[in-house]
Amino acid sequence: MRILEGSGVTKYFGGLAAVSDVDFHVEQGEVVGLIGPNGAGKTTLFNLISAALSPKSGTIRFKGIDITGFKPYKICRMGVARTFQTVKVFPNMPVLQNVILGIYFGRSPRVSSSEASKSALEILEFVGLSRMKDAAARDLTLANQKRLEVARALAAHPELLLLDEIMAGLNPTEVAEAMELIIRIRKKGMTIIMIEHVMKAIMKLCDRIMVLHHGRKIAEGTPQEIVNSEKVIKVYLGERSHAGR
Amino acid sequence: MNLPKAISTKRIVPGLLVLLLLLLAFSPLYATRYAVILLTSIFMFIVLTVSWTVFSGPTGYVSLAPAAFFGAGVYTSALLGFVLPLPAVILIGGLASSCLALVVGALTLRLRGIYFVMFTFGLVEFLLHFVLWWEVNITGTTGRVVPTVGNTVVYYLMLTVLLIVILAAYLIKHSRYGLALQSIGECEEAAAHTGVHVTALKITTFALSAFFMGAAGAIMATRWTYIDPRIAFNPVLSFLPVLMAIFGGTGQLYGPVIGAAIFTYLEEFLITRFPYYYMLIFGIIMVFAIMYLPEGLVGVTQKLWKRISRGKHADS
Repeated sequence: MRILEGSGVTKYFGGLAAVSDVDFHVEQGEVVGLIGPNGAGKTTLFNLISAALSPKSGTIRFKGIDITGFKPYKICRMGVARTFQTVKVFPNMPVLQNVILGIYFGRSPRVSSSEASKSALEILEFVGLSRMKDAAARDLTLANQKRLEVARALAAHPELLLLDEIMAGLNPTEVAEAMELIIRIRKKGMTIIMIEHVMKAIMKLCDRIMVLHHGRKIAEGTPQEIVNSEKVIKVYLGERSHAGR
Repeated sequence: MNLPKAISTKRIVPGLLVLLLLLLAFSPLYATRYAVILLTSIFMFIVLTVSWTVFSGPTGYVSLAPAAFFGAGVYTSALLGFVLPLPAVILIGGLASSCLALVVGALTLRLRGIYFVMFTFGLVEFLLHFVLWWEVNITGTTGRVVPTVGNTVVYYLMLTVLLIVILAAYLIKHSRYGLALQSIGECEEAAAHTGVHVTALKITTFALSAFFMGAAGAIMATRWTYIDPRIAFNPVLSFLPVLMAIFGGTGQLYGPVIGAAIFTYLEEFLITRFPYYYMLIFGIIMVFAIMYLPEGLVGVTQKLWKRISRGKHADS
């Protein structure tokens, strides 16, 4: 079943086409990687799906419902949660409160406060932050703040999770830990779209990869197909030079 | 060792509050007329400051609109005071301010930072001059008479509104909506994507805070007996609640309450004792408060309290 489907999605910033006529789809339970050089339009596409931005044209469907033009809070309650490229935790709130907020407002049937605290503790346990539940979010390391963002997104009980570069700026150990977390989230049956520059992670975790370049989708396929694609290699490494020889 | 101490503080604080409430409830019986009037002013400023803090404290949207909402209440009193009973007038005054806040909120709450501050202040000036123009050109008056009800009645009405606003502020702060308001202040974008309907929450809270300001205005008008646009929409009433809230500290509910009480008393004290130097002294105190009390009186007391309790631990 297609959980997410976009057709002809287009967004301009002034005269610049940040996302241009992109068709995409995500199957239920799939992990899809979204890659491309800086400025390719990956985060813009996330912003369009989560309704931080509204597209100039095109439609986005979630579980068959046209969600184009919905408000971000509504998209979240419908079951699409996200994290941010630049960490956006609530810095002065305790870690636990960050997650509780997501439970209170992200889920659509109202959750009682005792149930919310219990559920928040379980989620923090799941992502491995329960030891720091009372610390202010600003005091966490970058890796842990990114984990907290994932926890806050999971708090909404999403069906589709959008992860925007959760491994950027992490050291190799932290990257390994983040990969392990994604594997465990996936085992829960959640559908994931992830933007990532850490290729090792993308190759290992994703069922399918979409490549954006200058706002257009230039390739799509399994990790194996993508590494062997002429087009993708050109985009990343440039054209083979014929000068010199 | 800690347990009995915890129990005793838990009992002492509500006990003191009940005692204070009783003292305030019966003060017109034993206090001087001057004290009752001064207390009414203090109550009014607490109402303005606490209701300002309900919205602006957690969200960080600094509103300079209190004078506009207060003035709407004042004019409700002037227009309906001779027609309707006073409780109805106060209620309508509050609702009128809420409606104004809904409209203004829908228009301006997408503005952030300094733009929001300027717009809300512009609203006060706009209403002041609009009502002035209206009164001169359409109705042919400049001022209006408001029916008086006596100092004691005004005192009790203001005390009632004060208690309601503190209760409302407490309930909001400790509810899930209080948490959501804080999340808006900390990162509005993340709040929206975490499921908070930021626009609706901001506008409703803004309107609720305006309700109490309008109610305070409707009550206060009956004490002044004569009002005109410059009295009703006095811009000073926009600045003072902000200063009082900063002075007291917005982190805790008692911050704005104590801030407004001390500030109002201090102002009264300085005006009567040093009528010529009052503004100068007041200004110096404000400068020092902002330089050395960044978290307000609440911050200072919390620091002192920590130092004291640490000292005790060191002894044992």
